[in-house]
Amino acid sequence: MENVISLNDIVVSFDGETVLNNINLDIKDKEFVTLLGPSGCGKTTTLRIIGGFIQPDSGEVIFENKNITKLPPYRRNVNTVFQKYALFPHLNVFENVAFGLRVRKLPEKEINKAVAEMLELVNLKGFEERNVQNLSGGQQQRVAIARALVNKPKVLLLDEPLGALDLKLRKEMQTELKRIQQSLEITFIYVTHDQEEALTMSDTVVVMKDGSIQQIGRPVDIYNEPQNAFVADFIGESNIIDGIMLKDRLVAICGHEFECVDSGFDEKQPVDVVIRPEDITLTANADEKIHGVVRSVTFKGVHYEMVVDSSDFSWLVHSTKAPEVGSEVGILFGPDDIHIMNKMKG
Amino acid sequence: MDKKFNIGQKLVASPYIVWVAVFVVVPLLMVAYFAFFGDEGKFTLEYIKSVGQYSDIFIRSIWMAAVATIICLLISYPLAFILSRMSKKTQSTMLMIVMLPMWMNFLLRTYAWMTLLGNEGLINHLLGMIGLGPFKMLNTVGAVILGMIYNYLPYMILPLYSVMEKIDPSVLEAASDLGCNRIKAMFRVVVPLSIPGIMSGITMVFVPAISTFIISRMLGGGGNMLIGDLIEMQFLGNAYNPNLGAAISLVLMVIVLIIMAAMHQLDSSDDDRVLL
Amino acid sequence: MKKLSKLYVSLVLLFLYVPIFVMIVFSFNTTKSRSVLSGFTLEWYAKLFENELILKSLGNTIIIAVCASIISTLLGTLAAIGISRMGKFGKATVLGINNIPIINPEIVTGVSLMLLFVFFKARMSMEFGFTTLLIAHITFDVPYVVLNVMPKFRQMTPHIYEAAQDLGCGPFKSFIKVVLPEIMPGIISGFLMAFTFSLDDFVISYFTSGPTSQTLPITIYSMTRRKVSPEINALSTIIFVVVVIVLVVKNIMERRSLNVKKYADDDSAEIIE
Repeated sequence: MENVISLNDIVVSFDGETVLNNINLDIKDKEFVTLLGPSGCGKTTTLRIIGGFIQPDSGEVIFENKNITKLPPYRRNVNTVFQKYALFPHLNVFENVAFGLRVRKLPEKEINKAVAEMLELVNLKGFEERNVQNLSGGQQQRVAIARALVNKPKVLLLDEPLGALDLKLRKEMQTELKRIQQSLEITFIYVTHDQEEALTMSDTVVVMKDGSIQQIGRPVDIYNEPQNAFVADFIGESNIIDGIMLKDRLVAICGHEFECVDSGFDEKQPVDVVIRPEDITLTANADEKIHGVVRSVTFKGVHYEMVVDSSDFSWLVHSTKAPEVGSEVGILFGPDDIHIMNKMKG
Repeated sequence: MDKKFNIGQKLVASPYIVWVAVFVVVPLLMVAYFAFFGDEGKFTLEYIKSVGQYSDIFIRSIWMAAVATIICLLISYPLAFILSRMSKKTQSTMLMIVMLPMWMNFLLRTYAWMTLLGNEGLINHLLGMIGLGPFKMLNTVGAVILGMIYNYLPYMILPLYSVMEKIDPSVLEAASDLGCNRIKAMFRVVVPLSIPGIMSGITMVFVPAISTFIISRMLGGGGNMLIGDLIEMQFLGNAYNPNLGAAISLVLMVIVLIIMAAMHQLDSSDDDRVLL
Repeated sequence: MKKLSKLYVSLVLLFLYVPIFVMIVFSFNTTKSRSVLSGFTLEWYAKLFENELILKSLGNTIIIAVCASIISTLLGTLAAIGISRMGKFGKATVLGINNIPIINPEIVTGVSLMLLFVFFKARMSMEFGFTTLLIAHITFDVPYVVLNVMPKFRQMTPHIYEAAQDLGCGPFKSFIKVVLPEIMPGIISGFLMAFTFSLDDFVISYFTSGPTSQTLPITIYSMTRRKVSPEINALSTIIFVVVVIVLVVKNIMERRSLNVKKYADDDSAEIIE
């Protein structure tokens, strides 16, 4: 597949503060790409660079092999679904959706047809004459999506589009957006801070932090093979423990040696060791290498979440069975469950 | 809630209601009475009819106020838009600077222009130094219109600014995203969204401009009489005739009401505002 | 584009401020000339402070403004309380009438009150003077107080009045303890608005004052009729300086309270997180 958008060495700073630090990103055609990260990580800025609302200090934006870095938003074949929708309050649903077509002076017949199709696609048939300010959040969301898609953009940019919706509606819209993306076969670039949203919807996830990309990969890979402790922690809860690499496939954690599957580190190199809470097994045998006292047990619906205090670490454990609070337990994990990562700088 | 107390709470408005009845409603009824009833208390249309003699003054007032209003709008619109897009901190400072002259009494502001425009005034003096003039600027129609613009410009800027300030920057970005360049975005988004501000700005400039008598007197000399001068003369001038004055006032009120109703009509989006 | 915007803003500001600065400069001029600067003097300021008419009318203006704004604040606040309890129709009617003095041309308000006072004068031998002026000022001030206080009832935290009663306050005490503090900002801004409008009013005062109760704007008007009087320049300069000081102080205070509020918001955000 061909790259539809490439960001090359993008640097952006506001008031002397670096917001994006050398971003390189290739986005393939018809892909659902999610920019994921905590607030202030630069994900929205990256999106706005692609949309043309911000000019980078240096670097270039390539769109279908053409450099569009200097092109204003109204000359780009991309459209945006804004964070708080940014619907035009003086126009009704129909006119909001028709806006881009009217600007391009399309014949009335074509406009009517295209708008009707779009409203059908987002399940808003019959809402044409409604005042956008009287719509629910979910409906406004759909208008915003239709307004952008009716222009047949090559790429749709979505800036935390579901942030203002409640949980149930958000789940519905996630499926809906995925359906729309697949039926129209266009590229979606989606910004969110919700890791679950990112993992369920995307083909590719780009994890960002402090203006740099931490990892790019398929959701499965990001989850299973996080490249550093930040990614591991941000994508689901994790136990991140200081460790020392003794040699290939042998690591020291909490003063004990454990076999693992990672290699290629220096001897005696301090590393971050990540162990997922669901990979830990608790045993009644308090003689294991690592053992501790169960401090709390919380029922989470499908599983129990437990905190187990060992001599030098508090372990987060997920399990379908729960021991008594205060009981002594052993903490077990296999070599496959140990993920070794380079220590994060800073 | 305590029913009795609720009624008590309603009653606290009664001093105000009495006040407004005596000093707002009754005086207006008296204006109407004076306009339609002569000295002997007999109904007459004589005064209203004689207002017709002054139609030239009415027409002059209307067109001068209209010209001043339009120029105010043209000056204020870009200014208000530029202000509304500045950073929040700069906005409040700039707004203070723009509004500051309004806090000076308008007589002083008008007097300042007398100083500048006079035959021996500063402008003619400066023009004289490069060999031009002197031009007769004071006591002209232009001077009166200038005075109106100068005095009432902030009344146009303020309502425009306050609607534009509420336009979310992302709405403008959305317009740009959907293919509008700056000018198209202005006409397709900013103008429609600022109509309530335009309408209230027009009202706020036009009403004082059409009824002024000070600006015309100070900057227009005797030759550019407006409706306000005419009314003032019937009550405090040599032409003492309160019946005619009341009739003219009544016509002025009707003109103002028509203008306001028209503005309100054009601005149908703003339904919850309470007008007369 | 940025440059063009800046240029435009500067031009408008120039238009607004040049006349005022010219007045300020010429207030220090030794001659009465309006175009040639011939030397620096404080003579006009000295004359201003010797001018008893000006000082007396300044005194009148302040007394009237203080009395009118206090009375109209009381009247208007009580009115707002009452109006907020009225039904939809009553509310619309009263607010409609409340708007009359605001939207009516000033001159019409002025002459209508004058007609009323002439009537009083004939029937009750009430002379034009302090009383008529005060009544007129209260009449055009009250609507602004009402308009400033009314929205505060709508913005009020719901059910706090009931909450206070639930916690043992009587109706009157509940009002004083919880409602009044909530509407206070509206009352204060209404008072300040009334006060400045009273200070500034010329047109309505012109029709309703008597020879003994001239306000400063009326005195200024009669001075401008005499064409050249540099004392007006001096007076303008003083007023301008006072206005600048008041506005700057007000702005600083507002910014400070805004900052305090911002910090408070930040705190609450942290707590939620």
